[in-house]
Amino acid sequence: MKDGGMNDNKKNKPKQSNTEWYFFGAVALTYVIVAIVKGNLALKSLSTAGGIFLNILPAFGIIFAAMWLVNYFVDKKTVKKILGVRSGPKRWLIAVISGVLSTGPIYAWYPLLNDLRKKGLDYGFIATFLYNRAVKLPLLPLFIYYFSPTFTGVLLGVMVIVSILQGLLFVQLENAGLV
Amino acid sequence: MDKFISAGRRAVRGLTNMIPIVSGVVLLVGLIKTAVPESFYTGLFQGHLFADSLIGASVGSLLTGNAATSYIIGGELTDKGIGLLPVTAFLVSWVTVGIVQLPAESVLGKKFALLRNVTSFILAVAVAGITVFILGLL
Repeated sequence: MKDGGMNDNKKNKPKQSNTEWYFFGAVALTYVIVAIVKGNLALKSLSTAGGIFLNILPAFGIIFAAMWLVNYFVDKKTVKKILGVRSGPKRWLIAVISGVLSTGPIYAWYPLLNDLRKKGLDYGFIATFLYNRAVKLPLLPLFIYYFSPTFTGVLLGVMVIVSILQGLLFVQLENAGLV
Repeated sequence: MDKFISAGRRAVRGLTNMIPIVSGVVLLVGLIKTAVPESFYTGLFQGHLFADSLIGASVGSLLTGNAATSYIIGGELTDKGIGLLPVTAFLVSWVTVGIVQLPAESVLGKKFALLRNVTSFILAVAVAGITVFILGLL
């Protein structure tokens, strides 16, 4: 094993936290209460949630493969060289394009971003990536249908610029130790 | 080969750690989608441009789901005479702010998740303002 091997793994081992289970427990409890008050609503909600699960499963497959590849090929040095604060303006282009092209729900990407964060990815890049997930290329025709091509073009242009500004803001906040 | 297997194990661990959070978020989304009809949102707007923009951004922040749903609701709001500014704030915050996903995003750092969502909320109103201003010039 390269790059620190076992010691690195120990250092990167996440702190044990039960927050995620408390959150899940709170949602489950809400369902129990809804089921007691309005059983039909709870059943319909469960069915809707089941449908969402099925829809996002393929995205998790892609993200799992991406995480595996990132863990295998990408180390701290690579992240800093290609995506690091000192790698120049191209990193913003990478953040914008990868954000636009990424598919599936936003929460499916958190484990991969967390892995990259441990390898040295800064919050500025992550913020820009997450903002650009708002731009959904496959849904553009639908957006143009409801609004107009001019509105769509202007909004997307403004959003891309703002995403980079938000990224730059987070670089400053991280440098100042505020995040 | 060891490194390849170890990379796979870390990927599995990363995803399995997210199971309770992702399950919770999906269940919550299912409940909100079922309990709140789309027509409910139209009634929230007051007819004041600035207040409506904040309402639009707030509603968009609280709701989650496929972006296509926000386009349909946004289109419906425009048809009912709600201004482009509040509707744009609603559309932008729907896809950039995620109150429901906040517990999941916290894996990246609680402070980061909170600050990113707060700044995204403010930026949603700003993006709406800039977009409508530019459209006015065209």
